[in-house]
Amino acid sequence: MARPTKGSPIRVLIAKPGLDGHDRGAKVVARALRDAGFEVIYAGLRQTPEEIVRAALEEDVDLIGLSILSGAHMALFPKVLALLKKENAGDLPVFAGGIIPDEDARRLKKAGIRAIFGPGTSLEEIVTTAQKLARSAA
Amino acid sequence: MTRAARMPSAARAILDGDRRVLARVISQVENRDPTVAPISRALYSRTHAAPIVGVAGPLGVGKSSLINLLVGRLRELDRTVAVVAVDPSSPFSGGSVLGDRIRFERRADDPGVFFRSMASRGEPGGVAAATREVARLMDAAGFDLILVETVGSGQVDVAIRDIATTSVVVLVPHLGDEVQTLKAGLFEIADVFCVNKSDLPGAEIARRDLAELVGLGASRSGWAPPVVLTSTSPPSGIDALWSAVESHERYLDSSGRRTVEERRRLSVEIVERVRERVGDELSARLDRDPALRKLLDEVASRSIDPRTAADRLDRGSVRAR
Repeated sequence: MARPTKGSPIRVLIAKPGLDGHDRGAKVVARALRDAGFEVIYAGLRQTPEEIVRAALEEDVDLIGLSILSGAHMALFPKVLALLKKENAGDLPVFAGGIIPDEDARRLKKAGIRAIFGPGTSLEEIVTTAQKLARSAA
Repeated sequence: MTRAARMPSAARAILDGDRRVLARVISQVENRDPTVAPISRALYSRTHAAPIVGVAGPLGVGKSSLINLLVGRLRELDRTVAVVAVDPSSPFSGGSVLGDRIRFERRADDPGVFFRSMASRGEPGGVAAATREVARLMDAAGFDLILVETVGSGQVDVAIRDIATTSVVVLVPHLGDEVQTLKAGLFEIADVFCVNKSDLPGAEIARRDLAELVGLGASRSGWAPPVVLTSTSPPSGIDALWSAVESHERYLDSSGRRTVEERRRLSVEIVERVRERVGDELSARLDRDPALRKLLDEVASRSIDPRTAADRLDRGSVRAR
């Protein structure tokens, strides 16, 4: 079901899977998206992949942003993607940010993470990419 | 039955408990998608008038945390519950950060709970324009109870009164002296008062001030709002809060107020719908329609005043092309 109404805000879930407590990056991105007119559902710290997928579906978001600095991305991101697929929502775009080595980033993109932002990425780039991803899914 | 045969598939899915479809139709309502009308129409007669409990109060008093604990309590009682949590939209970008979900700690696999964050999208009064209809969709989806968390704008957070069957007003110690409680607005809409963070000093004074306010009362229609002390970490008073809500719901039935209030809320809703339609149409026409633009020019050049312009529109003496 595409969003038929022009000009409706894009809804995005920002969540931190796993156990690290460093949420500054997620908050900075949430705020930048807010200022760009997104409705940001901020799920916060220590979310399980199950909780993230449930929140995304209940909130009917247009895309999901995951932030991680613990190093557990190779375990947690594919789990989120698999659960989305299982719920028949495999087309929901997922982007990610955090400390993710290039080699891992390549593999995660292959697995279906649509964009990965490392340290130093400009907020402008994140916002523009998020807008593009949401539009591509609609 | 032909009527069932004509029911839109989305309405059928919501009645059958499909949460995905519920989530999507909620977005359609929020986005004022006109295709939602037949779904809404088909579901209205299937709602079972589930209690809608509003949780209002200034920002930071612990509304989200209280809702989290109330939902826990309701699940223990085997009641299913849906939550709508409203946060403000930015007047600048139109965007928002909806953060009420953070306080929500439920098992990810519990089908008896549904949580939806909602941006106010410019609506004053602490709820969104779509909140009422979304609560109704949740009712149709079979939830036993709907909880609505308001924006937390404070003294004027009163629109919940036109949606909820029971309004809980949450406060904390040291929000102000007893004169604050006399002011119009938030304090008037309470069916239940909740002094949260009651582990903090001053809770007893806040309770006393509120009890005094209730006692000053001429309480409308024979209900004296109880004052409940609660705390969320560690949790205390949650049972008492729920009991207070339940007594109010029972009072609505025993006193006959439920029907009276329901009719009042429905009349507000119908008037709002008409106002919204007429308003939207007029705003659009003031931009596009030459006859109306001319009227606007006259007001702008001070040859007529806004009231006269409104009279002319109302009488239909200014017509569309």
